[in-house]
Amino acid sequence: MSENIYADELIDEYEHPHNKGSLSDADVHVHNDNPLCGDELTIYVKVGGGALKDVKFEGSGCVISMGTAGKLTESVKGKSLAEIEALGVPDIVTLIGIDPGPARLKCATLSLRTLKEAVFLYQHKAVDEATKRL
Amino acid sequence: MFDAERIRRDFPILSTASHGKRFVYLDSAATSQKPKSVIDAIVDYYNTYNANINRGVYEISERATDAFIASKEKLAKFIGAHGIEETIYVRNATEALNLVALSWGERNIKSGDHILITEMEHHSNIVPWQMLAKRKGAVLDYVKLTHGMAYLDMEDLEAKLEKSPKLVSVTHVSNVLGTVNDVKRITKLAHECGATVLIDGAQSVPHMRVDVAAIGCDFMALSGHKMLAPTGIGALYGRRELLEAMEPVLGGGDMIRSVSMHGATWNDLPWKFEAGTSNIEGAIGLGAALDYLDGIGMDSVREHEQELTRYAMDRFSEINAVSVFGPPASDIENRSGVMAFAIKGVHPHDVATIFDREGIAIRAGHHCAMPLVTQLVTEKALSRMSFYIYNTKEDVDRVVDAVGVVKRIMRIKD
Ligand SMILES: Cc1ncc(COP(=O)(O)O)c(C=O)c1O
Repeated sequence: MSENIYADELIDEYEHPHNKGSLSDADVHVHNDNPLCGDELTIYVKVGGGALKDVKFEGSGCVISMGTAGKLTESVKGKSLAEIEALGVPDIVTLIGIDPGPARLKCATLSLRTLKEAVFLYQHKAVDEATKRL
Repeated sequence: MFDAERIRRDFPILSTASHGKRFVYLDSAATSQKPKSVIDAIVDYYNTYNANINRGVYEISERATDAFIASKEKLAKFIGAHGIEETIYVRNATEALNLVALSWGERNIKSGDHILITEMEHHSNIVPWQMLAKRKGAVLDYVKLTHGMAYLDMEDLEAKLEKSPKLVSVTHVSNVLGTVNDVKRITKLAHECGATVLIDGAQSVPHMRVDVAAIGCDFMALSGHKMLAPTGIGALYGRRELLEAMEPVLGGGDMIRSVSMHGATWNDLPWKFEAGTSNIEGAIGLGAALDYLDGIGMDSVREHEQELTRYAMDRFSEINAVSVFGPPASDIENRSGVMAFAIKGVHPHDVATIFDREGIAIRAGHHCAMPLVTQLVTEKALSRMSFYIYNTKEDVDRVVDAVGVVKRIMRIKD
């Protein structure tokens, strides 16, 4: 686990993010922001056969929020909706290889919260408590 | 001679280390650090004369009452008020602004009336008026900014004064742009149109000589914690006639003269507005803070901050990737020691986190001024450093080095 939240890998992702853009044939999209720090994110998802067929994001924010969004969207393609519903903070920490610490945790979880909300929305399900707390 | 190094030594927190480096605190616009004399005054109160005020007949209660009143007298003198009747103690500037909205506003604002504020206000000088306007069916107008969003547009102000607003509420110093507004002129223009004038002094009173009589305003709000005092103590200055005509907002002990089963009569000023047991330690801390500032002299405080601001703007001008908001270096007279800046291509949160690891505390975010910040930048966030008496040119040099670190990590080429 890296102590350095500005590890090269995350900066690379920030400079050249995966899955940046919108999906014109998205089934749902969800927008979230973090008014305290100004991070903004919209996630577009396309579902097929109970799994994520495609996912893209648009937004602006810090290295942690945007870098994580790129890595997360890349890692969830093809996953079942149930698998995505089960994701939590530890998965994000493993994914980015960094413990963002309490001050920056909200930045790191913005994309996961948004993605999970999109998955709940697609299924016409209420957002669960664990997701609200992210 | 102003000796920032000597002043630094009066602030215990500034000799701590942060991430293994000498701690550089550049977020005094959020809250200032506290000198030992203020901390000691509070400790001394609890150690030797803790008692409630305005009621006990025993010695320490009298001492506590004296210290509380002495604090108010010092504040009245500090801001040029006539006496303690005109300084209401509240929790902070926000509460002072809300007190005007809830008491004066409740009685004087009617449906269709205009309230005039500006686009550079802190949320605490926006939201209470939005709430009041909504309750009353009043109209809230905003004075626009001009010259690269650095100054109030005085033509727009005059145009909006033609609608005869009942209240004009303006910040003395912007907590984002650092702009020092000409509140004396604004007050004069507003009075000519029959408006009552409230000045938000949260960012001016700690940093320059402020005289409510010279400005001519009707009300002024301020926070103790931004001027070396503890949190939880602030003040509303109000002209005596206005305060006398106003109804209290909170009822309870201390604010009454007498109570029967059928009703109550109000106590004299300022107590009428200070229901319940006061923040005694806060008032005592504020008194010690005012002594400290008086010892330096507010003109010297201002001069020191202007020198640092000029130096910082100079050094920043050498770095292409950095842009600074607010009035230019050539207009330092109308600038405070608040400096919002952006490093091209880097989110302010990343700037603040990297600065933190260099031992430097700055603020990143919307600075509780979203209507302003969202107009200045698309990211809806800015980095801000703000100076006070304990900052030095060396602190600015540390900032410039930290900008270099940010650029290296974030791969920014000039
Ligand atoms: C211009 C201005 N007004 C009002 C406030 C509110 O101060 P407080 O939070 O102490 O009430 C601030 C604090 O940042 C400020 O900068």
